[in-house]
Amino acid sequence: MTTATLPRANMLTRTRNRDGITSAVFAAVLWLCLALICVFLFFILAVIVQKGLARLDANLVTRQPSKIRPETAGVQSALFGTLWVGGITALIALPLGVAAAVYLEEYANPAKWWNRAIELNIQNLAAVPAVIYGILTLGFVVRGPVSIGAVVMAGGIALALLILPVIIITTREALRSVPREIRDGSLALGATMWQTTWRQVLPAAVPGIATGTILAMSRAIGEAAPLILVGATTFVTFNPDGVLSKYTTLPVQIYNLVPQDRDAFRDLAYAAILLLIVVLLAMNAVAIWLRNRYQRRW
Amino acid sequence: MTNVEPDLDTVPETVGAPGAPHEIHVELGDRTNHRAPSAEPDGVIELRDLEVFYDKFRAVSGVNLVFGSKEITALIGPSGCGKSTVLRCLNRMNDLVPGAHVMGDVRFHGVDMYDASVDVIEVRRRIGMVFQKPNPFPKSIYDNVAYGPRVTGMKPKNMDDVVEQALHGAALWDEVKDKLKQSAYGLSGGQQQRLCIARTIATSPEVILMDEPCSALDPIATAKIEDLMVDLAKTYTIIIVTHNMQQAARVSYRTAFFTAAADEHGQRTGRLVEFDSTSKIFGNPSDKRTEAYITGRFG
Amino acid sequence: MPDTTAATATGGSSARSHPPAWRGPTVDLGQQHPRRGERVIKILLVAAAWLSVAVTIGIVVSLLAPTVTFFTHVGLGDFLFGTEWTGGFGDKFSWTDKAWGVLPLVVATAIITVIALAVAVPLGLGAAIYLSEYASERVRKVLKPVLEVLAGIPTVVYGFLALTIFTPIFAHLVQFNTIHNMLSPGIVMGFMIVPTIASLGEDAMSAVPLALRQGSYALGANRMKTTLRVVFPAALSGIVAAIVLGISRAVGETMIVTIAAGSRAQLTFDPREGAQTMTGFIAQIASGDAPQGSPVYYSLFAVGALLFAITLLINLVSIRLVRKYRQVY
Repeated sequence: MTTATLPRANMLTRTRNRDGITSAVFAAVLWLCLALICVFLFFILAVIVQKGLARLDANLVTRQPSKIRPETAGVQSALFGTLWVGGITALIALPLGVAAAVYLEEYANPAKWWNRAIELNIQNLAAVPAVIYGILTLGFVVRGPVSIGAVVMAGGIALALLILPVIIITTREALRSVPREIRDGSLALGATMWQTTWRQVLPAAVPGIATGTILAMSRAIGEAAPLILVGATTFVTFNPDGVLSKYTTLPVQIYNLVPQDRDAFRDLAYAAILLLIVVLLAMNAVAIWLRNRYQRRW
Repeated sequence: MTNVEPDLDTVPETVGAPGAPHEIHVELGDRTNHRAPSAEPDGVIELRDLEVFYDKFRAVSGVNLVFGSKEITALIGPSGCGKSTVLRCLNRMNDLVPGAHVMGDVRFHGVDMYDASVDVIEVRRRIGMVFQKPNPFPKSIYDNVAYGPRVTGMKPKNMDDVVEQALHGAALWDEVKDKLKQSAYGLSGGQQQRLCIARTIATSPEVILMDEPCSALDPIATAKIEDLMVDLAKTYTIIIVTHNMQQAARVSYRTAFFTAAADEHGQRTGRLVEFDSTSKIFGNPSDKRTEAYITGRFG
Repeated sequence: MPDTTAATATGGSSARSHPPAWRGPTVDLGQQHPRRGERVIKILLVAAAWLSVAVTIGIVVSLLAPTVTFFTHVGLGDFLFGTEWTGGFGDKFSWTDKAWGVLPLVVATAIITVIALAVAVPLGLGAAIYLSEYASERVRKVLKPVLEVLAGIPTVVYGFLALTIFTPIFAHLVQFNTIHNMLSPGIVMGFMIVPTIASLGEDAMSAVPLALRQGSYALGANRMKTTLRVVFPAALSGIVAAIVLGISRAVGETMIVTIAAGSRAQLTFDPREGAQTMTGFIAQIASGDAPQGSPVYYSLFAVGALLFAITLLINLVSIRLVRKYRQVY
């Protein structure tokens, strides 16, 4: 009996071993992919920190850009420009995006072709290259019918249009996660559709909407391509004083520093990059914290 | 027999011994309000030839029912017999289901509830609803109760009184009076369901619809709600869907029995089989199918 | 939760002829308070939703009008199949002293996209498989933020790093001495796209029902076989959609290529050479001075229209693929 069963047992272990080796190799390859991604991320972060720290001083935020004295120049106008443009972007994109999402999720009948068309359209807009939104704003707002020129408002509109689909899509997801029972309970008490949405559904969806909006805003703040189209590349050494003021933003300022290959300009650019990255990572951290803090109470 | 709902398994203790299926012993229980129902219900809500479609699917057909005011009427029947669908027509919650289509007459005080001039908000304010799963809002206990009066624009002189009365009405006041500002999610399931009842009566409806209100609750919580229902029936018209026959027998004055029958296309459509006083339905039903269901011989 | 589908009741003749049983007082179920605000709000919500359609129409109009002008001066065939692009040179207001063949820009875009995908597809899918099939909850909690940070780094930063850090490294490794090249922006762009492919790919694989996996394990397959023979094929359309979306992002990416691939429009297949892409041309012309009404100003819109058409096509393919896998489960 034992002699008969032994070889079979051996065979079993051997095939298992061979399987085990390919399996282990496969897992190692997967692990290598992730390791490579992590190494890349930590490498670029390390480079940015190492090169950026040199000029991460008070001058960076208190002084204006200079073409002559990069050693002491700052990016204050770009920092304020980013705040202005970001503010306009949020003011436009957040109400419009949430309103569109509420319509599609709470009011619209998905059986109607026009509602499906709007939905398809939004999915599509979410993947349109950022630079195209710059062309749109250039054609309609900077020049064309509105013709307000290369000002803060134009930059805000370009970025708002860019993140609008993102806000709509994430808000819809947040609304969808609010259970149906809450809506039923409210409507059965004689509340109207809007009362139900405004007093029950939207408050319950706020964490999800906030998370999505912060992530969308961090994308807008880091974006340069559409702003180049709407004329943010002019050399600006003053802070914006209104929505019709000329402006520049941090990413555009970094882009402007590219052709300057003196070390002092490079150092300034890296300091500006570090500043930008810190701001964006902080926003990301808040968004992730919000998401984990308020995950599904239902 | 294959479609018997799980709860029916608990029924046999009340039915006759095997081999004597015609003897039916359903105890009407202490909680039953023994006020004898008037001979005919007064028809505060009335269904004529009710037919409900979900798109092409005919869920319910040929329902004629006359509900009496300040009575408890139970709708019973096996799963998929359309009893919940019928209930959801009574305050037009079916409007919210895409593709739902209602034919026939649904009358409230003789007024066609589906007439174009009727405001669905007004219907739901007068005909409240309590759902299967307790669904308090993610707000404080106080705000849950005050929500209805606020949204329906009742503007009471003293909201605190309205809230207190509603909570008294739902037999919840003593348990929550010290934590009105706390989240409703901290309450037990049974308390949550009574909160939902309090929330409903705060808008002073005339009718309260209850869709299997105890199916998610334990027996003690269920008993409390049943007591409450009998109490509420002094003031409100109550229509309850339940798959628990004992519950129907204990609390209701009248019972409507539904079943699903396949039509010529093989589609299962809910139909009303029998509607009578609860004692008649459980004591001496006139339809064989009712009897079979009551005795647990068919689901 | 549409309210637009209000159920309608149609009384049958028998119902109408039957008098109501109720003998008590009647009620008024009509609207008690005017709710004009409610209507206004709904109109505003509808308007917000339609705005997205208006944006699309705006994009098309803003691209099309100048593009039409462009093609009154330049033949469509010369544009699409010409192998030389000298739009940025010569007399600013002359149409005739320039070559308008867009192929060099398209080829440069394609080469950089291919390089980017060569990096992003294996790394992104590897990460997706690991996250979906192998990683423990704790590992996921660490890796997800890594991908999110990678996705959150602005493209202008990637471009700057490609030019100042990676180009010197690759120049040393692959032996070339051009400042601008396609290799470095391609590889850096690959890492930029990794999060897109990884997270969408993971979504697609996580959507594969657990029962399928359990069935495979029950047959004695190990994790690798289950992943490769069951989960991967089942999630294929979603995975392809993720890759397609990655392509769309690579084609439309502007800052990395503008900074690191240079502004020389030339038809070359050598990734060590610098070559201008479609987006690179748009950004270059926009940040320089292109007088309104000049040929090069119009050409910006023609190239933009081509870019929009290409990405639109890619996006539609991706949306269709995603729908397909949503339907399956």
